Amino acid sequence: MNDPMLSLKDVHTHIGAYHILHGVNLDVPRGKVTILLGRNGAGKSTTLRTIMGLWQASEGHIHLNGRPIGGMGIQLSTSSIAREGIAYVPEDAGIFSDLTVAENMILAARGSKTVDPQRLEWLFELFPAMKKFWHHPAGLLSGGQKQMLAVSRALAQPRKLLLFDEPSKGLAPAMVHNMISAFQRLRDSDATILLVEQNFNFARQLGDFAVVIEDGRTIYSAPMTELAADEQLQHRLLGLSADAHH
Amino acid sequence: MNAHTVIADNHIAHPRRDIVPLLLPPLVALLALPMVGSFGTWVTLTATALAMGMIIFVAASGLTLVFGLMDVINFAHGVFLSMGAFLAISTLALLTDWTAVDSLWRNVAALCVTAIVAMCIVGVVGLLYERIFVRPVYGDHLKQILITMGGMIIGEELIKVVWGIQTLSLRMPATLQGFFMVGDAAIEKYRILAIVVGLLVLAGMKWLFDYTKIGLLIRAGVQNREMVESLGYRVRHLFIFVFVAGAALGGLGGVLWGLFQQNISAHMGTQLMELIFIVVIVGGLGSIGGCFIGSLLVALVFTYAGFLVPKLALVSNLLLALLILIWRAQGLYPVAKR
Repeated sequence: MNDPMLSLKDVHTHIGAYHILHGVNLDVPRGKVTILLGRNGAGKSTTLRTIMGLWQASEGHIHLNGRPIGGMGIQLSTSSIAREGIAYVPEDAGIFSDLTVAENMILAARGSKTVDPQRLEWLFELFPAMKKFWHHPAGLLSGGQKQMLAVSRALAQPRKLLLFDEPSKGLAPAMVHNMISAFQRLRDSDATILLVEQNFNFARQLGDFAVVIEDGRTIYSAPMTELAADEQLQHRLLGLSADAHH
Repeated sequence: MNAHTVIADNHIAHPRRDIVPLLLPPLVALLALPMVGSFGTWVTLTATALAMGMIIFVAASGLTLVFGLMDVINFAHGVFLSMGAFLAISTLALLTDWTAVDSLWRNVAALCVTAIVAMCIVGVVGLLYERIFVRPVYGDHLKQILITMGGMIIGEELIKVVWGIQTLSLRMPATLQGFFMVGDAAIEKYRILAIVVGLLVLAGMKWLFDYTKIGLLIRAGVQNREMVESLGYRVRHLFIFVFVAGAALGGLGGVLWGLFQQNISAHMGTQLMELIFIVVIVGGLGSIGGCFIGSLLVALVFTYAGFLVPKLALVSNLLLALLILIWRAQGLYPVAKR
């Protein structure tokens, strides 16, 4: 039970001549929300892309449910990693702009011609805009609606692990509020989530655990309550001022 | 698709479609009418242009998808066209019992067999070509240009080894020779057949892209290959399918173009590639709808200009491309990339 769903041990990633990750260590426990925090350029998105095999880990080990999926000696392809049960929402949402919302959702239902109707109703409850714009090209949606579609797509089928890269980025405050409540419902359903987030207010409300990386290294890992209670620590690790809490 | 009907239609907004590019071919045709003068001549020219446009569409559709899906520039696509035409000569030569008789259904059956043989053989050649030449140079445009140019030269020389260096004549089956008279307009019978085949290919593609999951995946892969992989689909397999289908359609295009031109040389396909590249760019890289409209526009402009000011025929297409790219820099129906 206490084995983590996902585990990264001393993961290094090179992109061309650049050494981006210098030793990321993190565990994502089952049924919990783990938030990956850090300043701009710390390597948060690179960590998610490395987990997905979009960039290859040059050193270290990545295990899903105890099975190696990347790192030294093994590298599954991105599609194989996804088939292992990981859903990924990239920073730019990664929606297919020329396809309709419906078509985007159908593609997310791998191995099936349609999304399970009950699951679809649940997603419409989470994100009502998905129903309204069902036949619209996804490119016509607003930024927030695109994020909602990307999250809905990740939830179109049950997955072992959900990776989200800053779903609140660039959203209006009201939209962020909607997104937080959707993620809270997701958390209540015992989903296992690794969420990259810069918005600490968002992170604090959702996270069970916090992992902070800086310059491509893990520098902090603890329950979120610990980080949320210590403003000095937040300031030191994340450069947050007191204003960030309001 | 079932998922489209899972939800009730109330509270659903419906989008508007971009129809302006669709209006361009009829607009060009109407503008040409007063310049051509005679209505009968205009009908003849327009039928010729539509047949030519359909053939270019069949030949270009695979190329635009290959480029859109994997950013692969394949200069050797013209060899698939030439090969299709030469295979038509060889196949039809074996079917003279069906082509020489005055029976429409036998003649059409001979052409169907020819088309299937050409598509299958060129498809297999495309599969080998992808494996040997294209796979090692993914992601490197300069090497792709060099390698596929080399592939083109090798392909043309191999055609000469098999079929000889001379220009060959591709003879039309008996009942498809000649023309209909509609009023005072003469329309060659074969042009009607070419238009029908082009429309069938378009309908097949429409069905594939709108009503099958593999079609959806191709459309999605053209926009964001990485995300399709992240959803658990193997884009490499998809690309091989598209490359082989594109080569087979190139073979079909070659059969159609060979029958349209009637004189065939190893360079035939490469010469047509000039128009095909214009079509692919004007239509929007990776866009099938754009490829279709672009093919019709290029053929209409080429045909009318060839009649009105013959010296301007090829320049007219470059001018057309220039005007369209000034209007829409990404082509008629740009494919949204990530």
